[in-house]
Amino acid sequence: MSCVQTIMDYGLRSIGLGERLLPRADYNLCQQATLIGSGLIWNLYFAVLALSVGFVIATALAVAKASANPWLRKPADAFIFVFRGSPLFIQFFIAYESLVLLPRAGIDIFGMTVQTSWLTRAWAGALVVLILNTAAYSAQIFHGALMSVPKGEVEAADAYGLTGWKRFRRVVWPTMLRLAWPSYTNEAIFLFHATTLVYFSGFPAFQQKGDALYYASYFADRTFNPFVAYPIAAAYFIAATLALIWVFGRVNRRLNRHLPGATSRVRYRPQLMR
Amino acid sequence: MFAYCTDPSLLQGLAWLSCYLTSGTHLLFYASFGTVLLLLAITAPIALLFGFGGAMASRSRIAPLRWFGGLYTSMVRGVPDIIFFLFVPIALDQAFEWVRHQALCDTDAPVRQGNDFVVCAAAKLPLSNAAPWVHDVYGIFLAVIAFSIVFGAFAANVLSGAMQAVPRAQLETAEAYGMSTRQVNRRVLIPQMWTYALPGLSNLWMILIKATPLLFLLGVEDIVYWARELGGSKTSAFSYPHPDWRLYYFLGILVFYLGMTWISGRILDRVTARLSRGQATMGGEALRKGTPA
Repeated sequence: MSCVQTIMDYGLRSIGLGERLLPRADYNLCQQATLIGSGLIWNLYFAVLALSVGFVIATALAVAKASANPWLRKPADAFIFVFRGSPLFIQFFIAYESLVLLPRAGIDIFGMTVQTSWLTRAWAGALVVLILNTAAYSAQIFHGALMSVPKGEVEAADAYGLTGWKRFRRVVWPTMLRLAWPSYTNEAIFLFHATTLVYFSGFPAFQQKGDALYYASYFADRTFNPFVAYPIAAAYFIAATLALIWVFGRVNRRLNRHLPGATSRVRYRPQLMR
Repeated sequence: MFAYCTDPSLLQGLAWLSCYLTSGTHLLFYASFGTVLLLLAITAPIALLFGFGGAMASRSRIAPLRWFGGLYTSMVRGVPDIIFFLFVPIALDQAFEWVRHQALCDTDAPVRQGNDFVVCAAAKLPLSNAAPWVHDVYGIFLAVIAFSIVFGAFAANVLSGAMQAVPRAQLETAEAYGMSTRQVNRRVLIPQMWTYALPGLSNLWMILIKATPLLFLLGVEDIVYWARELGGSKTSAFSYPHPDWRLYYFLGILVFYLGMTWISGRILDRVTARLSRGQATMGGEALRKGTPA
């Protein structure tokens, strides 16, 4: 079987298209590279959706955490503490175990039956956990940046008569993002890397549709040879991480475009892990 | 544990619970919290040592050493740590067995035969007739190495950043006083760098705490293993039948980790507050007005 044929068969295997049965004997390099690459679709899916939804929630949480009103501040503090203070691995288990306890037949709300079984699937359940987790970590970063917004900028906005939403949207928020961006880039890298945990925690891989690391460990287990599958997975992740750094670097340049010379290269600092 | 626990089927309420929570398997579960703490206590210093070595190597004047240091320092940037946690133990295990195979077996048969990794009985690690505890200890040993390598790389990252943060002028001044490279390193660079490394290292500690449940992936019987084992629903064939209680066990583990990170977090918060006092920022302003930031 040629490599092109293998790619046709297994290129989209992780989302259930193409050949159903995984290769069983004499796993060649092409099969391993194709299947692990196809699993990367799930890592990208989790990372992109979790980061974009988490970003919105994180901004709201950061503002709530900076609020003087204890009814906003305390819940935000508690949320951030729980999700930052516990391992993501344990969060996945807890989410799965509690979602499994939901009634099989669905929940009756005002006579309508809401299906719940899809929540126990990784694509929904794990995504929710990842969203909440990255929201908590990013909120902490954004809150730190919000606290570092120069006092003068806020006073200048006051002097111009900007208040409330307008002041936040046009003065505080852009500066907050600019200050937070290097750390946020690190958070994005770590979230992307954390997506590999999904299929190793409570969530089962339905019909062997898993992520890149799921297939890598599948091959490593079958061939008793970790020296092929894991480096392939690692190479994919390095490539994807470089792409991610490039995209975030572009955004960083845009955020700092009014400050020529201020755009320093985003330095990698492992501040955050689950 | 207690005298009245001899026939659990007759017990009710609190008595049942007290017997249930002190059963033999539960005592093993509690002991596995000790395994986690032991792993932390062993891994943290080793990882710091590896990190220090990596950071020093990446500044070395010998090119191959510098390349190695640079590779080690940057290996965690692009590759998820979980890949290393899966890769390192199995790779090390095979490396050990391969070396022993070369030394102890007198067959010419290749170690890799198709999809099998075959070594003779004498080269197996641990030996197939070894006691079960040897297998457990060997598993934990591989886990400690995997954790040390990965966290050493994180620490190398932090420390090499801290070494670069030491003002260049100080090192040049030391050189101007006629100190050798080694003296500059020992008397100026290393004492100075800790100030810069401290925030990064305290973060690393938090990271390490939160990475410990990954022991489960390495096949060690840790708290996650026991929570799944004990929480799963037990039929009446067991002495303590109960429905699926895994959620409660995991909530217990959650509380354990929250407690661990809470204590560390208190200390970090104090440092952060100290650093933003008197600054002309929103954080400093909030402190000045007396509202908690």
